[in-house]
Amino acid sequence: MKYIDEFRDGALARNIAANIASEAGPHRAYHLMEFCGGHTHAISRYGIVDLLPANVRMIHGPGCPVCILPVGKIENAVQLAQIPGLILCCYGDVMRVPTVAGMSLLKIKACGADVRMVYSSADAVKIAQENPQQQVVFFAIGFETTTPPTAVAIKQAQILGLTNFSVFCNHVLTPSAIAHILQSPEVRALGLVPLDGFIGPAHVSTVIGCRPYEYFAEEFQKPVVIAGFEPLDVMQAILMLIRQLNQGRAEVENEFIRAVTYEGNVKAQLLVAEVFELRRTFEWRGLGLVPYSALKIKSCYADFDAERRFQIPALTIADNKACECGAILRGVKRPQDCKIFGTVCTPDNPVGSCMVSSEGACAAYYSYGRFRETC
Amino acid sequence: MQTRGKIRSGYSRPLDLKHGRVEMTHGGGGRAMTQLIEQLFLAAFDNKYLRQMNDQACFEVSSGRMVMSTDSHVITPLFFPGGDIGSLSINGTINDVVMSGAKPCYLAASFILEEGLPLADLRRIVESMAKAAQNAGVAIVTGDTKVVEQGSGDGVFITTTGVGILPAGINISGEHARPGDKILLSGTLGDHGIVIMSLRENLSFHTSIQSDTASLHDIVSAMVAAVPEIHVLRDPTRGGVATTLNEIARQSAVGMMLYENKLPIHEQVSAACEFLGFDPLYVANEGKLVAICAPEDAEQLLAVMRSHPLGVNAEIIGEVIEDSHCFVQMETSFGGKRVVDWLSGEQLPRIC
Repeated sequence: MKYIDEFRDGALARNIAANIASEAGPHRAYHLMEFCGGHTHAISRYGIVDLLPANVRMIHGPGCPVCILPVGKIENAVQLAQIPGLILCCYGDVMRVPTVAGMSLLKIKACGADVRMVYSSADAVKIAQENPQQQVVFFAIGFETTTPPTAVAIKQAQILGLTNFSVFCNHVLTPSAIAHILQSPEVRALGLVPLDGFIGPAHVSTVIGCRPYEYFAEEFQKPVVIAGFEPLDVMQAILMLIRQLNQGRAEVENEFIRAVTYEGNVKAQLLVAEVFELRRTFEWRGLGLVPYSALKIKSCYADFDAERRFQIPALTIADNKACECGAILRGVKRPQDCKIFGTVCTPDNPVGSCMVSSEGACAAYYSYGRFRETC
Repeated sequence: MQTRGKIRSGYSRPLDLKHGRVEMTHGGGGRAMTQLIEQLFLAAFDNKYLRQMNDQACFEVSSGRMVMSTDSHVITPLFFPGGDIGSLSINGTINDVVMSGAKPCYLAASFILEEGLPLADLRRIVESMAKAAQNAGVAIVTGDTKVVEQGSGDGVFITTTGVGILPAGINISGEHARPGDKILLSGTLGDHGIVIMSLRENLSFHTSIQSDTASLHDIVSAMVAAVPEIHVLRDPTRGGVATTLNEIARQSAVGMMLYENKLPIHEQVSAACEFLGFDPLYVANEGKLVAICAPEDAEQLLAVMRSHPLGVNAEIIGEVIEDSHCFVQMETSFGGKRVVDWLSGEQLPRIC
């Protein structure tokens, strides 16, 4: 397939792998975090780890929008879905995340709740138009990539004069999460988690550009390479990070020049700024409360804010004690370090959020990589 | 006296197959039901067994082993490029029967009709079944019809049951895969599943791909004639090739190694899977088969498959290996390795 096959070329991959092997200094280790679940998925799906020398270790970051959603928010959504006559629209893989009581949007749907999987926020607006007698709530989750479409949906609903459409906004921000990880005691003070550099998600940067990463590349002296999601993009980004580290540089570099610009998509940024504002703080699963890491709907669009319309309570629910999702999302532990990984917690019966989405570190490792444990 | 002269004995108005709809009376056991059976089902499936109008079909059986399989068919939409629920319900059951190496002989068909289904649609479906059965040389010898109230069905559900005769000396089973065996696939992955997904109401995208629904009796007959010692045959329907191979790996207590660059896939299917976040290995097929045979038979079997119209894109996609964990693995075209796991739940589109 054009524009796809070129970036999955095995021969080119071996070239890059050879460069990585020759340039990675044998006397040191390279701990590189791929922030985004899309990269985790690509690394697992294409077996990229097999092409890396032993001293280059990939650490899976918290960039899976489903994984970082705290259980309280899932509980909120399940409760919303039980309001008679209400239609709850959501993206596909969030439907399987279990609450503490073992309920999920998929299960509540089987009990008769009207939960609909949509492929875009525009579908939710359409459902609201088609069902004027019913309240339609769009359960909005995701990083900067999915935020502009939610803004468009809200503006569209306003233009259409829809009084039955609202958004339960849970959009979160990538740079603040990375900064939070770098500031965590395990990384900064205790040095328990070596993190030498980051691979940044290209789709996020098509919107926000490169600039937001400059602060922590400078502040924490960690190089960042913004990379695409094809396996060659990931390999190239790893090589670029190793080169920066070898040369003592800590810069923001852009591997994905075919779509990411320094400024990003200014129009989308303005749209997001018009509809949303920063939350003072937001709970991330695994990371806890992260200051200024999420968005809420501005008061001028309050009519479309489900939190206000349905007075959604802030629920703080602790994770299952045995679940190590938190430590895994911070890079402190690996999936296979969790006691319940692959036994109690499997993709068919996920306990923690990392096992739910195919982008979650545990699910990716379970589905694509667990044979390594048995070799 | 005058009135009586006008009454024709046994006459009732023919079914309105153009504008009529299925009504509750069509399942009521009375005259309307008999009329539906005679004018629609019997007319289309016509054969000596059905014509007897008994509640069962009585037929001669040869000595030896018989094979039996049943399958229920539910699908939205009922009609799709390349087929419809009718042809699907015939091909699906025939394929399950022939994956044993058997020659399919008879079918039973059971219908659950939803009140309100246009009779014209039902006729199209029934005629499509008749054609598919005729193509496979199989008679539909008995059946049943029920009608449920509107809202209790999805137009029509069809259950078909098939029986076939297994020639002597054929011993094909999911537990016969052995380390060293080759794994063959008869054609491109995922065509049926992607066609159905492209027609979903909330996901309309355009593709020129057709469902691959087809009866595999003929290609299997050629394969079995050439290599009677085939170890395993299976049609990778729901859950796709990945699921089928995991099932076989578990049954045979072996592992498998696939080669990603050998997987035949239509470019449009590949593209659709890219933007939906699906893996084509898990997308449904309705006219493909997986064959596993001894390595020395593989090239001959591949040649036979490729010489049949339903196997022109056949490939050797991998081999059976020893593995007590029964993992199906794949060498990626990129040069790495990964597990091709069981599907957990439904394949859901990724958020971004």
